[in-house]
Amino acid sequence: MRFVLALLAALVFSAPAFAVQPDEVLKDQALEKRARDISSGLRCLVCQNQSIDDSDAQLAKDLRLLVRERLVAGDSDQQVRDFLVQRYGEFVLLKPTFSAHNMLLWLTPALVLVLGGIGAYVALRRRPQAPEALNEEERKALEALLDQDR
Amino acid sequence: MIVEAGHFALALALGLSLIQLIVPLWGARANDPVLMSVGRATGLAVFACIAFAFMALTAAYVNSDFSVVNVVENSHSAKPLIYKISGVWGNHEGSMLLWVLILTLFGAVVALARNSVPLRLQANTLAVQGAITIAFLLFILITSNPFTRIIPAPAEGQDLNPLLQDPGLAIHPPLLYIGYVGFSISFAFAIAALIDGRIDAVWARIVRPWTLGAWAFLTLGIAMGSYWAYYELGWGGWWFWDPVENASLMPWLAGTALLHSTVVMEKRDALKVWTILLAILTFSLSLLGTFLVRSGVLTSVHSFAVDPERGTFILGILILFIGGSLALFAWRAPMLKQGGLFAPVSREGALVVNNLFLATACATVLIGTLYPLALEVLTGDKISVGAPFFNFTFLPLIVPLLMLLPLGQTIAWKRGNFLGTAQRLYAVFGISLLVMMGLFAFEQGGPVAAPLGIGLGVYLVLGSFNEIVTRSWSKGTPLSVARRKAANLPRSTWGAVLAHAGVGLTVIGIAATAWGVEGLATVKVGERIGAGAYEARLERVMPRTEANYREDVAVFTIFRQGRELGSLESMKRLYVTRGMPTTEAGIMTVGLGQVYVSLGEVQADGSVGVRLYHKPLVLLIWIGALVMALGGGLSLTDRRLRIGAPARAPAGAPVPAE
Repeated sequence: MRFVLALLAALVFSAPAFAVQPDEVLKDQALEKRARDISSGLRCLVCQNQSIDDSDAQLAKDLRLLVRERLVAGDSDQQVRDFLVQRYGEFVLLKPTFSAHNMLLWLTPALVLVLGGIGAYVALRRRPQAPEALNEEERKALEALLDQDR
Repeated sequence: MIVEAGHFALALALGLSLIQLIVPLWGARANDPVLMSVGRATGLAVFACIAFAFMALTAAYVNSDFSVVNVVENSHSAKPLIYKISGVWGNHEGSMLLWVLILTLFGAVVALARNSVPLRLQANTLAVQGAITIAFLLFILITSNPFTRIIPAPAEGQDLNPLLQDPGLAIHPPLLYIGYVGFSISFAFAIAALIDGRIDAVWARIVRPWTLGAWAFLTLGIAMGSYWAYYELGWGGWWFWDPVENASLMPWLAGTALLHSTVVMEKRDALKVWTILLAILTFSLSLLGTFLVRSGVLTSVHSFAVDPERGTFILGILILFIGGSLALFAWRAPMLKQGGLFAPVSREGALVVNNLFLATACATVLIGTLYPLALEVLTGDKISVGAPFFNFTFLPLIVPLLMLLPLGQTIAWKRGNFLGTAQRLYAVFGISLLVMMGLFAFEQGGPVAAPLGIGLGVYLVLGSFNEIVTRSWSKGTPLSVARRKAANLPRSTWGAVLAHAGVGLTVIGIAATAWGVEGLATVKVGERIGAGAYEARLERVMPRTEANYREDVAVFTIFRQGRELGSLESMKRLYVTRGMPTTEAGIMTVGLGQVYVSLGEVQADGSVGVRLYHKPLVLLIWIGALVMALGGGLSLTDRRLRIGAPARAPAGAPVPAE
């Protein structure tokens, strides 16, 4: 484990390039903008939680070039993403797909909000709206106390 | 010798913590004030021991004592003194020692609070603190001893990770830890209340300053970390939804919720059970954060420790404290009496909504952070959960909360009137809408997010100050009277107003990032690169050598619309000992915005890859956080907290003024 991490660290830090390079930029501005949008949603596989758009690693550069290559070849945004998922697995997507095994992930926020809301509503409603009336014994005790004062 | 003394002090502290756990707890059960007050003495003594151990380690760093493994691995004799000192906590062992130091410091402060805290509550609280101290001291002594020696001692150290050689590191972890660990006091008080089976508004009043202080420090710590990442990592991002950032955001969200529910409890004696649960959850999330960062479960720049033994140990601590406290909660909470009643539309109701949204936001961050780990362990599938997921789920939860915030701040306690409350905010709505429309007209087809977000931010700032206006001025009041009334409002009111306005400022700063522009080019000396209205001209590139690194310095002159603004330096550094390169961005502050230049590679022909950003209003992101923390601090100086609850003095005994 330690070795793998050291290797990863070496990969990340030993490539002193930086994010998108001037020579990678496409001439067609609309296409370049699409490339940047796609890149910012793809994970640099050897980095820690960086998109390929932000990363300095060599692999990220390769992926950026690949994305641009596919776009120039006429792929749609989705086709480019599908192509990369096919190659590298779902791990490459920073925004997980809305599929069965990710259902819990996607639904948790809504579930917590709705269940929490219902829970809070029920808990607040169930509380006694007014203190219970005094029973016979308590009423007598109270009267006795009041009489003392007089 | 001093190193061994430090090691011994740790062991001594462990023994004293055992006494701190057992004797006061026993005293509270036996109702024996002498046994209960043992907690005070041990609380102070444990702190003294840990402080000594910490100073011993610091001395080893300052003297570059390379017979200590920890110093060898994280220091270097040529390192500047400030990084020798900050290097003490720039590594796993030292940072755990700092954690315990802060924990015991707070324990000592609780021990010193003689008059404001009832003895039984104090004894139970200190016992819980003792238990936490024991767990972490065992962790340090068994798996992460900073005082281990090495024979033979090497002549030179391996230097500190260059990314961490920065003033930001000197401040960021201590601030963050004060926040994390501060919540341990709220937790200890909550457990003490559960042990005793008694909780009331006095409890809330005692606990609130602790929560408030911890929250303010955590806010500062997160903001500091964010700004550090922004200028150090070199591509101008300020929040990455990195698991380590999430680890600090979760306790912050839960702590913010706790802060608000404690207000309800203090003022109206309601939401007691929920407040106790939140206090437990907030500290549990702090522990979880420590676990995530320290165990190496998540690997990112922050994780220095990669050791399964440590991970398992912290996981054990986690399960023990979270499981134990939740079990205690399930057993004792039904016995707590509910107080104060309120209608759904009321300040209390608004604070319940606040808690609901904050708790959901916290759960969202939690599931996003842990889901990939869980999925991989359970099914072997590897997925990534990154910024796009969090932006997609977190924002829809936070934006409605922020839109409701000024309403909640204005609405009456017990029973409010929604329309009447909205009426008091008409002016605020109006001005914010005007600002929003003005910005739309001004930017002419620019990004939609910026005007919407800035409008929201302005609404928040005005909405919070609206509270001061409505509470001190009504039609016909002379201005001088209104001013006096405003000045006489409690400081906690001013604090809340300031903190909420800070949220607004941060929102404005975040929204304005949509207006950011960047330019990317390879330039030679004398050539320019542009981004929006800004340009940078490369003047010269020169090598420079410092004690522990070499760097290429590129000097740029910055122009706005052709007019010269000044010059800045951007660096490409190589730390010699570790052979590790870093980029040091050149930053020029223009108003509340910044011009940010980061360097790529210097080519053989002398040309340099350059990235130029203009980030308008970006400073507001962190200024907002500062203002939030300032609001927390101001609230802490409130008369109510300085004076404390009135207590009946024993007959004849003079009460010391405190």
